[in-house]
Amino acid sequence: MKESEVMYKDGALKPVREIVVPGELLDSGKLKPGSGTYVSEGKIYASQLGIKSTKSNYVNVIPLGGRYIPVTGDNVIGKVIDIGPSNWLIDINSPYPAPLHVNEVPWRVEFGDTARYLNVGDTILAKVLMVDETKRVQVTMKDQGLRKLQGGQIIDISHSKVPRVIGKGGSMIQLIKSHTNCRIFVGQNGRIWLDGDIESIVAAIRAIRMIDEGAQTLRLTERVKEYLESVTKPSQIG
Amino acid sequence: MEGKMIDENGLRIDGRKADELRPIKIEAGVLKRADGSAYVEWGKNKVLAAVYGPRECHPRHLQDPSKALVQCKYNMIAFSVSDRKRPGPDRRSVEISKIISEALEYAVFTEYFPRTSVDVYIEILQANAGTRCAGLTAASVALADAGIPMKDMIPSVAVGKIDGQVVLDLCKEEDNYGQADLPIAVVPRTGEILLMQMDGHMTMDEFNKAMEYGFGACEKIYQLQKDALKRRYAVEDVEGLEEDAPREQQDMEG
Repeated sequence: MKESEVMYKDGALKPVREIVVPGELLDSGKLKPGSGTYVSEGKIYASQLGIKSTKSNYVNVIPLGGRYIPVTGDNVIGKVIDIGPSNWLIDINSPYPAPLHVNEVPWRVEFGDTARYLNVGDTILAKVLMVDETKRVQVTMKDQGLRKLQGGQIIDISHSKVPRVIGKGGSMIQLIKSHTNCRIFVGQNGRIWLDGDIESIVAAIRAIRMIDEGAQTLRLTERVKEYLESVTKPSQIG
Repeated sequence: MEGKMIDENGLRIDGRKADELRPIKIEAGVLKRADGSAYVEWGKNKVLAAVYGPRECHPRHLQDPSKALVQCKYNMIAFSVSDRKRPGPDRRSVEISKIISEALEYAVFTEYFPRTSVDVYIEILQANAGTRCAGLTAASVALADAGIPMKDMIPSVAVGKIDGQVVLDLCKEEDNYGQADLPIAVVPRTGEILLMQMDGHMTMDEFNKAMEYGFGACEKIYQLQKDALKRRYAVEDVEGLEEDAPREQQDMEG
């Protein structure tokens, strides 16, 4: 058994999820530097606190925290924080506010008439249209499924836990949806929108919080499933 | 006091050897509302550090289109010393804020977050000499806890001279009556020095010895910093990596 492996209950050897801190040596030869790493004198070091992962010759550090930094193509949930005559300013939970131009919405908006369509405090599903090198961000609503969100609730989780909430092939989010019968949208920026009747929303939020807090704990999927089964009956629709 | 701070066995007033640190305890992630935080107990020093950001830089004119700003505020709480400290920034705390900001800025990959600022708040809850070093040590753990990309953790320690002898990590009495005080902060991996100040006098030999002590101690503190972060995220888990959705699959599913 190698040092980086652990004996699992069924006797199988699985890699340990090794936590690395900034400045820790990851590799000094064969591998290529991936995300969350930097190279100094030919050696690869971690630049972020996170979990070391090696995939197809790349060492990556999967961050455990940090702010959401927008990437082109990300689907995000945004809040309108300001209105201009031909654009809105959207807070996408990142250090950079994102303008939404009238040309990027699915409606025909007259100049100066922006407040009729979206007002301060409204919530939207948006997509990151582009990010330039000084991190100037633009978002769009001109894509399938992007719209203004009405009703429902929004919760915030760490953006680094979004993959875990969705699960492999959407398995985790499907589990929550089928058990609670909620409509759920997960934005890449760590915002989650839920709608349904009040008890199911509460159950879904509890389940998501379990994932957020216990993202690196044992048997997470099973525990979430147990919890959901204890509070609700799975719907027929699935 | 002169000539009394080291006894015949070479032990100091608190029973330490010349190259011995005070007991240090570091805890990461102690504050819920901050993006990252750390608490350090270093002898009788108690220090809390909180990190916010990267976030939009205010005031606007300070923001830099090519990199992030690291803005540190070092503050001693009124009850941190025996005579109540008049609250608010003073000459000393402005200076310490500046040098800590500069040390941290070198370690952080500021170019990843243009136009933003990373705000670091260091609160000294209890002071007993060497608070700038304890503060910087805590701030560096808090930065890593906030998930901010950086080259390395920064340990920091003070070396001094008492009774004509070089000693590591001065306590309050030694600091008050000693002949020199030399706080340093280093990048352990490369040996680069990010902070160095000195008051008092040392000969070249004493200085070299002080650096030797300081680098050795920084290595130990570095280890404590790493342990604190790893402890916070200690996992018993082995499964789960394969559960993640690859980025292209992370669509919002309605």
